Amino acid sequence: MDILYLLIPLSVLLVLFILGGLWWAVHRGQFDSVEQEGERILRND
Amino acid sequence: MNSSEQAVYSDTVVRQFSIMAVVWGVVGMLVGVIIASQLAWPELNFGIPWLTYGRLRPLHTNAVIFAFGGCALFATSYYVVQRTCHTALFLPKLAAFTFWGWQLVILAAAVSLPLGFTQGKEYAELEWPIDILIAVVWVAYAVVFFGTVGTRKIKHIYVANWFYGAFIIAVALLHIVNSAAIPAGMMKSYSAYAGAQDAMVQWWYGHNAVGFFLTAGFLGMMYYFIPKQAGRPVYSYRLSIVHFWALIFTYMWAGPHHLHYTALPDWTQSVGMVFSLVLLAPSWGGMINGIMTLSGAWHKLRDDPILRFLIVSLSFYGMSTFEGPMMAIKTVNALSHYTDWTVGHVHSGALGWVGLVSMGSIYYLIPKLFGRKEMFSVKAIEVHFWLATIGIVLYIAAMWIAGVMQGLMWRAINADGTLTYTFVESVKATYPFYVIRVAGGLLYLTGMVIMLWNVVKTVTSGNTVTVAIPAPAHA
Repeated sequence: MDILYLLIPLSVLLVLFILGGLWWAVHRGQFDSVEQEGERILRND
Repeated sequence: MNSSEQAVYSDTVVRQFSIMAVVWGVVGMLVGVIIASQLAWPELNFGIPWLTYGRLRPLHTNAVIFAFGGCALFATSYYVVQRTCHTALFLPKLAAFTFWGWQLVILAAAVSLPLGFTQGKEYAELEWPIDILIAVVWVAYAVVFFGTVGTRKIKHIYVANWFYGAFIIAVALLHIVNSAAIPAGMMKSYSAYAGAQDAMVQWWYGHNAVGFFLTAGFLGMMYYFIPKQAGRPVYSYRLSIVHFWALIFTYMWAGPHHLHYTALPDWTQSVGMVFSLVLLAPSWGGMINGIMTLSGAWHKLRDDPILRFLIVSLSFYGMSTFEGPMMAIKTVNALSHYTDWTVGHVHSGALGWVGLVSMGSIYYLIPKLFGRKEMFSVKAIEVHFWLATIGIVLYIAAMWIAGVMQGLMWRAINADGTLTYTFVESVKATYPFYVIRVAGGLLYLTGMVIMLWNVVKTVTSGNTVTVAIPAPAHA
């Protein structure tokens, strides 16, 4: 099952990439005033 | 890239994709009804090679998943990303390219599959030149989508965009890895992987295609169109964020459950089973979050057929995301695998979840895009809803019964250790359920034809409108 040497590292990379996304979102204040954001889309578009 | 001088949304591409979603929906579902009929009455291929089940079945799956579902995803993602970011599409010409490129992919599939050109990989049958076109269109899609998010005027990225974004990235990765092949002529190639390795890549792709194409993308739809149609914010925005991160962190390794009791190493099968079971939690969290958005406004379900489409789609999402993990348990899978139960499971997700949520979202979009207050006939939406729902119930109930029956007949053993039934006896026993399935599919298709009529009427009696982007709030 040599293919696992491709697929598992790929998944690990992906998890690191997702972690990076989460880190970015938290530190850029994406989740600071969370409940308000749900209402915004109802106001105007 | 400054798009502030053109203060209107780029809706042309949204209009094109929305209409084509409906057109391809009718085509794909019609092919579905044809092949369902062939299973009940095999003479229906008329002895013509291009009309045989083996060639039309991939045409059906490609048409409903990538043509109908794909166009619905393009349309809604382009609409939602603009409306929630208060900005026009990044590089609208490239967005137009994604439309024409994607239609070309669909056309190429519609010609090459009946002719018998196939890589033989489920949901990835298209030959290598078409695969390359898909990759090019997909990269363009990613540039347009993430470019639009990058030039947004609203600081917060609405949760629907996270789901759409994950869907776009994951599908690019899955498609490129799984379609790696060595060409041996213009329409012939050999997979870069062999044997059990190839099977593992195929189902790593196959199940993640379900997870990211058919789930994450449509969850993006759900998180925008349910709140909009209900006029209420998501039940818990906090939970929607947890839903997103939990789902994408845990999805990638569910694939091996497609290969239980095969040459795949046992531990890999168990990993697939465990990850599949874990997925129940985020899936149900999201399903409950969507349905509870109606909390305190349940009466709206009584007279709003669009909302009914969206909410019932979520109940099918809940059903199939419960059924899926159960079927991934090895002992259950020993009964269900290779039977029509799997086909029923897929269609409860595809007809119930993906189909209904797309239809509801398109019914919301069409009047807005063509300057009308509502669809030409609201009564027809109502009729469509009931036809679709009854069609799904007939379809999946027939397949449940057929599947469990097949599983039990195949494993039944006499006292002396011989098989109780021959295979053909199980085929004979399945016949009535195949007929019921045709009836269910016909109802579902009829609903879709009514939708096409309703959309044509709405479009021709309306006119294309340009919508101004709201001025930025004084910050």
